[in-house]
Amino acid sequence: MPDLFLDGRPLYVANGTSVAAALALGADGCSRTSVSGQRRAPLCGMGICQECRVLIDGRLRLACQTLCLDGMHVQTRP
Amino acid sequence: MNEATDLLIIGAGPAGMAAALAATSSGAHIVLLDDNPLPGGQIWRDGPQANLPSAARHLRDQLRNCTNVRCHAGTRVIACAADKTLLVEDAERGWQIRYERLILCTGARELLLPFPGWTLPGVTGAGGLQALIKGGLPVRGERLVIAGSGPLLLASAATAKHQGAQVVRIAEQASRGAVAGFAGQLPRWPGKFFQSFSLFDSHYRTDTHVVEALGRERLEGVRLHQQGKTIELACDRLACGFGLIPNTQLGQALGCAIEDQALAVDAWQATTRREHYAAGECTGFGGSELALVEGAIAGHAAVGNSAAAQQLWPRRARWQGFARALNTAFVLDPRLKALARSDTLVCRCEDVPYGELVDHENWREAKLASRCGMGACQGRVCAAALEHLFGWTPPLPRPPFSPARIETLLELEETPPT
Repeated sequence: MPDLFLDGRPLYVANGTSVAAALALGADGCSRTSVSGQRRAPLCGMGICQECRVLIDGRLRLACQTLCLDGMHVQTRP
Repeated sequence: MNEATDLLIIGAGPAGMAAALAATSSGAHIVLLDDNPLPGGQIWRDGPQANLPSAARHLRDQLRNCTNVRCHAGTRVIACAADKTLLVEDAERGWQIRYERLILCTGARELLLPFPGWTLPGVTGAGGLQALIKGGLPVRGERLVIAGSGPLLLASAATAKHQGAQVVRIAEQASRGAVAGFAGQLPRWPGKFFQSFSLFDSHYRTDTHVVEALGRERLEGVRLHQQGKTIELACDRLACGFGLIPNTQLGQALGCAIEDQALAVDAWQATTRREHYAAGECTGFGGSELALVEGAIAGHAAVGNSAAAQQLWPRRARWQGFARALNTAFVLDPRLKALARSDTLVCRCEDVPYGELVDHENWREAKLASRCGMGACQGRVCAAALEHLFGWTPPLPRPPFSPARIETLLELEETPPT
């Protein structure tokens, strides 16, 4: 059971859970803020649209193609 | 640490897995690359809420037992580094892979068309929602509307219902006659015929399409045009996909020709570039059965086993028939080109509205004036939409094909492996 941090708050998820799913399990499901200030959430679910990019341990990665790992820090409002 | 291989396969969905297994008996050294954490592609995506069919598990186990196949998961192609050499990146590092032969199994993505409200959190692709649910997205007790076109709507609904969602409407834009005509042909492919029964849903409506996603901060409801009437439904999620479009970017960057918006291939699944093959949805939408047989043909052909490849031609022809029936039935209604309003965002990366694009002549002009397609997805979403809406030819892909780290790009300076 990975134990990660979503915008600073701890969250436990099932093994194999994607970070995209964790965004909805632990918060409102949003991943980023657009250039005009709108909150956005994962759209294509398959690594194409880039809407789900989040900061994971300091690196921008796609939430839909990243699995949750123990100790991971995920930020949606960097 | 750079790498060299006899055969490189890009994409580990049904086509890529079948290609690797077909090629493995030759003893060739094979590298199988995929940008997802696990092999299986979109249709066999594994996860905490996925039900993988036994055929998929069997293929995966077989692959794991092949000592001459190396799988790189979570790895994407960033650039062409030199002749027959690609620069790739995973979560940790970037490196070059040099190959003798290549098979492109890059699959397809959903066609996502802009409509008012489609940027609201809660709106996803149809296949997109299915993929997110398999990865653990909770939908229990939520009200869902699934809209767009094609059998993927029913498959996505089935996955959602299995996880406890309440599907309040499945809106298929195609006419009742077109869908009935397609269903009438299904007995020619008995497996598909029986599958269609398990997917049937009483909330399915033909001649129905999305008009607007409603809500302020996130999705609260949807307005549909349903069989001549406008209706509104309250819902927590809207999953909307208008069919699939082949991922041709890498093939195009490697100089492979395009035909009907897909990578052009001959009977051996060979592209127009020597020693470069393609199989599955990147050569045209046809479903996993067609992808499997095309992948196997490409795998055999790429290692010179023409006899084994040729034996599979009749099976491919059978599933090509299914693909033709599918593509004819679910042709998109021209009314779907008129959904966006002037202030509807088309480019979601740079937040460019429809009104800033509509008066331009072509993609290049629109891009220079508005930054449309210049964001992180490089037009994979908006250029495909604008090709459908205005007939604009999408831009040729340029490296980096995906956003990449500086350290990875510095690997381009390295001497390619020999």
